[in-house]
Amino acid sequence: MLFYIFAAIAILSGAYMVLTRNLLYAGFSLLLTLLSVAAIYVLLFADFVAVTQLMVYVGGVLVLILFGIMLSSRVHDKSVMSENTNVGWGITISLLTLIGLSYTIWRAGFSSLPWIQQAGTDVLSGQKSTVQLIGIKLMTDFVLPFEVASLLLLIALMGAAYIATAKQKV
Amino acid sequence: MLAFALTLLLLLGIVIVLAYAERKVAAFMQDRMGPTEAGPYGSLQSVLDVVKLLQKEDIVPAAADKKLFKLAPILIFAAVFAGFAVIPFTPDLIPAGIGIGVFYLLAIISLDVVGLLMAGWGSNNKYAMLGAMRSVAQIVSYEIPAGLAILSVVMVCQSLDFQEISYQQGILLNRFPGLEFETNWLFGIEALGINTTNIGGITTWNIFRAPILLVAFVIYFIASLAESNRAPFDIPEAESELVAGFHVEYSGFRFAILFLAEYSMMVLVSLVAVILFLGSWNTPLPNLTALKFANWTTGTVGELSGILWGGFWLLSKTFVLLFLQLQIRWTYPRLRVDQLMHLCWKVLTPIALGIVLLAGIWRLLMV
Repeated sequence: MLFYIFAAIAILSGAYMVLTRNLLYAGFSLLLTLLSVAAIYVLLFADFVAVTQLMVYVGGVLVLILFGIMLSSRVHDKSVMSENTNVGWGITISLLTLIGLSYTIWRAGFSSLPWIQQAGTDVLSGQKSTVQLIGIKLMTDFVLPFEVASLLLLIALMGAAYIATAKQKV
Repeated sequence: MLAFALTLLLLLGIVIVLAYAERKVAAFMQDRMGPTEAGPYGSLQSVLDVVKLLQKEDIVPAAADKKLFKLAPILIFAAVFAGFAVIPFTPDLIPAGIGIGVFYLLAIISLDVVGLLMAGWGSNNKYAMLGAMRSVAQIVSYEIPAGLAILSVVMVCQSLDFQEISYQQGILLNRFPGLEFETNWLFGIEALGINTTNIGGITTWNIFRAPILLVAFVIYFIASLAESNRAPFDIPEAESELVAGFHVEYSGFRFAILFLAEYSMMVLVSLVAVILFLGSWNTPLPNLTALKFANWTTGTVGELSGILWGGFWLLSKTFVLLFLQLQIRWTYPRLRVDQLMHLCWKVLTPIALGIVLLAGIWRLLMV
């Protein structure tokens, strides 16, 4: 029941985000979408993923988006509006994506997958959260991708610092 | 629902006391009397202020973005109030005992930032906009040293659960499921050979279990002042330049909500500081041979005495920190924006990174 409520909120706010012309409203409805998706993660026993979603997307990405919109508008004292371009191509590509995704989901046949049938409601099996398991996995099986990701972030950080200083000299 | 109502009532009580204390502390530090008219020593002043605010007209500026303007105070207060869900008030009283409480708290506070932007933009006022921008820039920056200081506690305690961290800091250590066979050593080092598991009191607080956390506590406290927009980090409000910051256009009930959210934030960051560093709901008095101060002032878990002692110690420690916040407000002048960023990025963040490393090494000594 809770799942359907949050799913409905996610879909409605997502649709509003796409359909509204006001970029700022789109940003704020993205907040609602992210929150309800986080709630769905919690219902799926993925508490760590849910909180990480809040931390990274709401605390970081969304604030960045809002900052961007607010700093770049208000030039003529009106909110930024998005415009419709490439209507034909947009509809075609999104329809094709929809068909592709629906076909894949239909073909996958989730209810017959063995690990779905084995998984009971007691996913955590006595564990209080998924953090311990995630930590062990990150330090053993997935240590290389983890370290590569940190290297990538460091490079991005240095790049950002370089671009910012280069602009100041001019 | 019961936890919701109780926490809200408790919070309202604390905030009303705090608003009164703020004016009285300010007055005494400036050699004035403060409020004296309403009630004995003016103690009803803040209650009357709330009543006054509720009676006022609800003004929405004509040029404001009305939907955002009306939604923002609710979002700000909801974000701060949601943080209280994971705060353990006594050994067996916690609204939501989730296993990743610390992480959840850090994430939910960042929702506050979106609300501030909403309020600043919705007001359609340049002072409000500037105030919101400054506030958000400040909160986002100071989340980093605060987060690193909290991370060092998490590394020492090996837990993201506020209740588990609380149990680790007192004589009830072995009562927590999963910690039955743990022992506390003085300064966390077994080689010293002083077992403090049954001594408890201040010797098992986190700042004593790993003295390196004392530095982390100072960093967290400074950063938490900035996160709750308190002086000397109150440039988002800066009465002399921005009138009142992001809430300049708000009046009546909506202003009351914003005011409540701001003071709740102060209470929340102080509660977190007490829980993570200063022994949570544990008593500060240690057991000394025959004088079982810690046992006497802890009560029995699950009974009324345990609840009362736990709540008493948690709230009294929190009030000490809140008093410190008020005192600092009237002691230090406001920082400039560049000084603020310098303090955050060039002083606090490098020290906090070093503390995280040292806390990891200390944890190795503790094993």
